[in-house]
Amino acid sequence: MSGLRRALTAIGRFAAFVLLFLIGRRRRGRPGRVSDEPPPVPGPHEREVPSGRRAETLVAAMLVVCGLCGGAFVALYFAYDDTQLLGLSLGLAFAALAAALVVAGKAVIPQETYTEEREDFGDEEVREEIESLVHEGGEGLSRRGMLLAAGGVAATGLGAAVVWPVASLGPSVGDRIRKTPWRAGRYLVDAEDRRILVDDLDVGSFMLAFPEGADKELLGSSINIVRLRPQELDLPRERAGWAVEGVVAYSRICTHAGCAVSLFRYPTYERTSSAPALVCPCHYSTFDPRRACKVVFGPAGRPLPQLPLRMDAARHLLAAGGYSGPPGPAYPRVRLQ
Amino acid sequence: MRRRRLLLRGLPALLCTAGAVYGFASAPAPAQPGAGGARAAGSAQAGRRLFLQGCASCHGDDARGIPSKAPSLHGAGAAAADFYLSTGRMPLENPQDQPRKSDPVYDRAQIDDLVAYVGSLGAGPPIPEVRPARGVLSEGLRAFTDSCAGCHQVVGRGGIATSVRVPDLLSASPKTIGEAVRVGPYVMPSFGEKQIDAPTLDSIARYLRYVRHPQDRGGWGIGHIGPIPEGMVTWLLALAALVLAIRFIGERTTE
Repeated sequence: MSGLRRALTAIGRFAAFVLLFLIGRRRRGRPGRVSDEPPPVPGPHEREVPSGRRAETLVAAMLVVCGLCGGAFVALYFAYDDTQLLGLSLGLAFAALAAALVVAGKAVIPQETYTEEREDFGDEEVREEIESLVHEGGEGLSRRGMLLAAGGVAATGLGAAVVWPVASLGPSVGDRIRKTPWRAGRYLVDAEDRRILVDDLDVGSFMLAFPEGADKELLGSSINIVRLRPQELDLPRERAGWAVEGVVAYSRICTHAGCAVSLFRYPTYERTSSAPALVCPCHYSTFDPRRACKVVFGPAGRPLPQLPLRMDAARHLLAAGGYSGPPGPAYPRVRLQ
Repeated sequence: MRRRRLLLRGLPALLCTAGAVYGFASAPAPAQPGAGGARAAGSAQAGRRLFLQGCASCHGDDARGIPSKAPSLHGAGAAAADFYLSTGRMPLENPQDQPRKSDPVYDRAQIDDLVAYVGSLGAGPPIPEVRPARGVLSEGLRAFTDSCAGCHQVVGRGGIATSVRVPDLLSASPKTIGEAVRVGPYVMPSFGEKQIDAPTLDSIARYLRYVRHPQDRGGWGIGHIGPIPEGMVTWLLALAALVLAIRFIGERTTE
């Protein structure tokens, strides 16, 4: 507790320091109270047309980097499914674009301080004036073509990166979301690939399990198995045979945002506490394992898919079929009950 | 804090003494009735008397529970009784409340009597023997992260889960930790020998001893309570950097 207090004090001090620093800067920046001279205005009064060829090259280089990063996003989208690399490429593209715009605004575009008059903008003359101003904006550019081409590269790369993921929504997805390693006769194993006995679980306990011989990283692989009292189960009639001596299995992937449903509560005495539940730690979606993991609280839109179970002669647990629905987050079937 | 540490260091010695006395008592030496001193096993009859005074109003005279007040204790087992009584979670003032850690109401000898009585009511998990010294720290981290950290937080600081307050584990003794794992108090699930075996339990207890003063390789631990203070630091630093960047990009006019 003292550690927490110390931490909060330190954060508070830091915040106060930053605040005082900013206020101090602002005070100093203000002009003196009594002064006959007009206050100094930063920035040029006269029009300054820069002839910064180096700045132009820099801007062009940044724009090309932006385009290349956008292209890299498209390439990575196909080659790897690493979201961190995708994020990095798109982030770098935007960073390069931002840097190009900052440098262009400071050192490529003509610099002049304008004061905007409050006038009616429906005025024909004003409109012409603005149009000519916009045209003058390109004055002094020695390599307009190069900058335009580089801008085109940036626009193409970024545009492709924005549009391309639409491919994931199309009909080509097909039945892929329903395919999982689970099928009838597949043994359940624990994280160390040992087969699981019904008696490994006491009433009121749960554990993580996987399909034997399959990739544990697949979205459809991991399941929670929970042991309840057989008489407290209230499964739909067609799933009556899906439990083995009170042991039921559900997909471990939350149907809301795809987190691992890793919390389980089982009350010692339900009347003075709360009902058994599988809970997702991300947004507290709460599922009732007695009633086929119906959603009882939280943002999840549909129950966790259930896996039918049976046991062999040696009392090892194995799957009696596939899931009751597609595992994974909600977007394929939002709010389907 | 210092007193607790002292207590912890003293605990193994105390257990050794208790063990020695127990060994002496169970040896075929002339037993001395009413000798007193450290008792390894309490008396179920004395426990029954204490039960009728302090527990029966909720759990019922026959310890079979009273609906909507308290569960039956037949089959609850010695570990459950020892856990709830020695951490002060029982007796509970209002049966609808969540039992919270506090100073125990009964002294050690009375708790032993009550444990003996509840243990005599029917089979339940026995009090596990937990020896952190035999555990492996890295294995403890792995097992704790897999099975416990979801609610108790990765360095055992506790927090909030749906409808319950999750206790911190900083002052829990190895025995208390072992009992909680096997019993699954309140809404916590239980973990049997097949899921968390005795060596893993030793490792978890060892890890929980380590997290009282963890090594903060990343620097400042910020209270070890996770993303909220860490987020505050990030926000303040990021916000300051953003303000500085804006001041650099933009220009100030006086009008």
